[in-house]
Amino acid sequence: MENPYLPYPVRIEEIITETEDKNLKTFKFVFQNPEDEEKFAYKAGQFGELSVTGKGEIPIGIASSPTEKGFVKFTVNKVGLVSSFLHTMKTGDIMGIRGPLGNWYPWETMEGKNVLIIGGGFAFTTLRSSIIYMLDPANRSKFKDIHVVYGARSPGMLLYKDELAEWEKRDDIHMHITVDATDDPSWKYNTGFVPTITEQKAPPSDGETYAIICGPPIMIKFTQPVLDNLGYDHDHIIMSLENRMKCGIGMCGRCNIGMEFVCKDGPVFTLAQLNATPKEY
Amino acid sequence: MKVIKIDKKDWADSLGKLSGPYRLFGPVRDKDFHNFKELGNDEQPDFNFQNTRVSAKSMVLPQSETLFTYSLDEKEPDHHQMREPEKNYSPRAVLGIRPCDAKAFLLVKRNFDTPEYKDPYWVRAYEASTFVGLACDDPCSTCFCTSAGCGPFHEEGLDLLLVDAGDHFLAKVLTQKGKNLVQAAGWGVETNADVELMKRTAESRIASAISTEQLKGKAATDLYHAPFWEEAAFACINCGTCTYSCPTCWCFDIQDENHGNAGVRMRNWDSCMYPLFTLHGSGHNPRETKIHRVRQRFMHKLKYYLDKYDAGIQCVGCGRCIRLCPVNIDIRNICELMNSHDPGACTCQVA
Ligand SMILES: Cc1cc2nc3c(=O)[nH]c(=O)nc-3n(C[C@H](O)[C@H](O)[C@H](O)COP(=O)(O)OP(=O)(O)OC[C@H]3O[C@@H](n4cnc5c(N)ncnc54)[C@H](O)[C@@H]3O)c2cc1C
Ligand code: SF4
Ligand code: SF4
Ligand code: FES
Repeated sequence: MENPYLPYPVRIEEIITETEDKNLKTFKFVFQNPEDEEKFAYKAGQFGELSVTGKGEIPIGIASSPTEKGFVKFTVNKVGLVSSFLHTMKTGDIMGIRGPLGNWYPWETMEGKNVLIIGGGFAFTTLRSSIIYMLDPANRSKFKDIHVVYGARSPGMLLYKDELAEWEKRDDIHMHITVDATDDPSWKYNTGFVPTITEQKAPPSDGETYAIICGPPIMIKFTQPVLDNLGYDHDHIIMSLENRMKCGIGMCGRCNIGMEFVCKDGPVFTLAQLNATPKEY
Repeated sequence: MKVIKIDKKDWADSLGKLSGPYRLFGPVRDKDFHNFKELGNDEQPDFNFQNTRVSAKSMVLPQSETLFTYSLDEKEPDHHQMREPEKNYSPRAVLGIRPCDAKAFLLVKRNFDTPEYKDPYWVRAYEASTFVGLACDDPCSTCFCTSAGCGPFHEEGLDLLLVDAGDHFLAKVLTQKGKNLVQAAGWGVETNADVELMKRTAESRIASAISTEQLKGKAATDLYHAPFWEEAAFACINCGTCTYSCPTCWCFDIQDENHGNAGVRMRNWDSCMYPLFTLHGSGHNPRETKIHRVRQRFMHKLKYYLDKYDAGIQCVGCGRCIRLCPVNIDIRNICELMNSHDPGACTCQVA
């Protein structure tokens, strides 16, 4: 019997400090046993449990894309017990990863459709995975127009800055990067909150456009009416939830919203599904 | 089905025979109450009880259990890697479990033994167990098993059902596991005694009942927003007694515990009644108030579980949560409120 609680041992290969406040770091892991990488085959939108031996486990969205091989990446905000300890770890340290866990963005359904990605703050991790996945030469032709609205408090708080700059230069993805405010004269992108920029820049739905939206509750709250005005159906608005988790496999009982376990039946839900569920997230 | 007669004077002898091939567990007196534990050499289970204080769930899901061990000492080759501990999953017999507690394992099994994942600790312990039930002749006033998919002589989940018949037990053999145990104990005297009448008498002693037939048809969101939760939860002190004593509550927490450079990853019973259960690292808590938490417990048992598996409610009517709640919160009342809730009849409309 496979033990779903047993993490794959991994080594920290690289640590990148992403933001100016140093609270967000990206960890690049390499599997100690190469065959475990195949077992960890994942899709954009899934998450893993990072097992920090001696401290515990935390559920974190997979930031690397299935098209990137030889490693997996996670971007972790420094919050409490486990994530703070992880921030003190060094390259070469050994820990574990369990997964991949949960469902993923509906890639099969979104084929042939326009895709609008909306992200705020540090909830951009699985959205990075998704963008890299869609822009892969083997996949780009499967999707129509791709728009991305991504906002952070200030330029220094944006994740994956080099990649954002590269995507800005491409003509097969429409980037709408924004910051709440900045006094940096060299800032050449948008200024304003995500809902406002969405209203100004995001394409209206053609009836089939999918919007994937991840961010703090306040951003989601104010973006939703904008999407309604742009004609997005609630079953075309896709969200990813972050409830407190332990097991990640639907057993420990803490992450449910109604009858659904966010860890196993989610974390990805359509707004239409969420509307029919008690709002305990 | 085969019924076997076991003379009580031979009981101790047969337990002696069983203690070779099986680890034996049974109810023993624990201060003023009975609880399940592993029986020592020549220790007898004490069947002079109505029901155990805490359910028998710890026979399969211990209150604290080691999932892994590990070393933080970098000199060890597998440092910081989880090691699966050696566990004893040799055959065990749980003697004198009440039918409600045995049936509860079948409800809980849907959570731990799924098509996608199997909890190896739970599944192995469950599979290693032979459940020897003890039929109830003297139910508590709080029992409502007969309207909760169970009953005092209920057989689902049992391998063998013992019925106390004065100077002897009648044993109904229900499964191959039960047959094996009967053989190992050397019980062989078949009788054509009929336990049907005793069963009906016992069922007629169950004095309370719940109605659940309307629950399925109601929208979860309507029940969730029903006006009665605030009052229902008012007295609750979130002590968690209801969930710890319940045979069908299975929630757990996972914690790493270090002693110097060695450590264990443990799982411990947890409870949806505690605010920390759902507290996000950011400080946000989706079940912030006790109203949220009380509602979660009853919605899970009486609605979410029902909707998820379409196999009845997540309660066997053992009545423990009613007997032990310090503020008399009663699942039978809550069930009635839910079952009869009419969202259209809300009186709080503003004119
Ligand atoms: C599907 C999913 C994807 C996610 N993706 C990401 C991601 O990509 N990046 C990211 O940064 N985050 C992500 N998160 C959020 C992340 O999981 C949490 O921030 C993380 O679990 C916090 O863990 P922690 O140990 O640092 O904090 P916690 O330990 O939860 O600490 C929170 C606070 O709780 C208290 N506490 C903790 N343990 C105890 C205890 N034993 N006793 C008493 N008090 C205690 C402490 O006061 C602590 O400060 C995701 C979550 C989910 C569910
Ligand atoms: S036993 Fe009673 S008071 Fe304690 S948590 Fe349960 S309902 Fe609340
Ligand atoms: S909810 Fe109460 S009555 Fe039902 S099985 Fe649990 S403890 Fe027994
Ligand atoms: S995290 Fe354990 S059930 Fe979802």
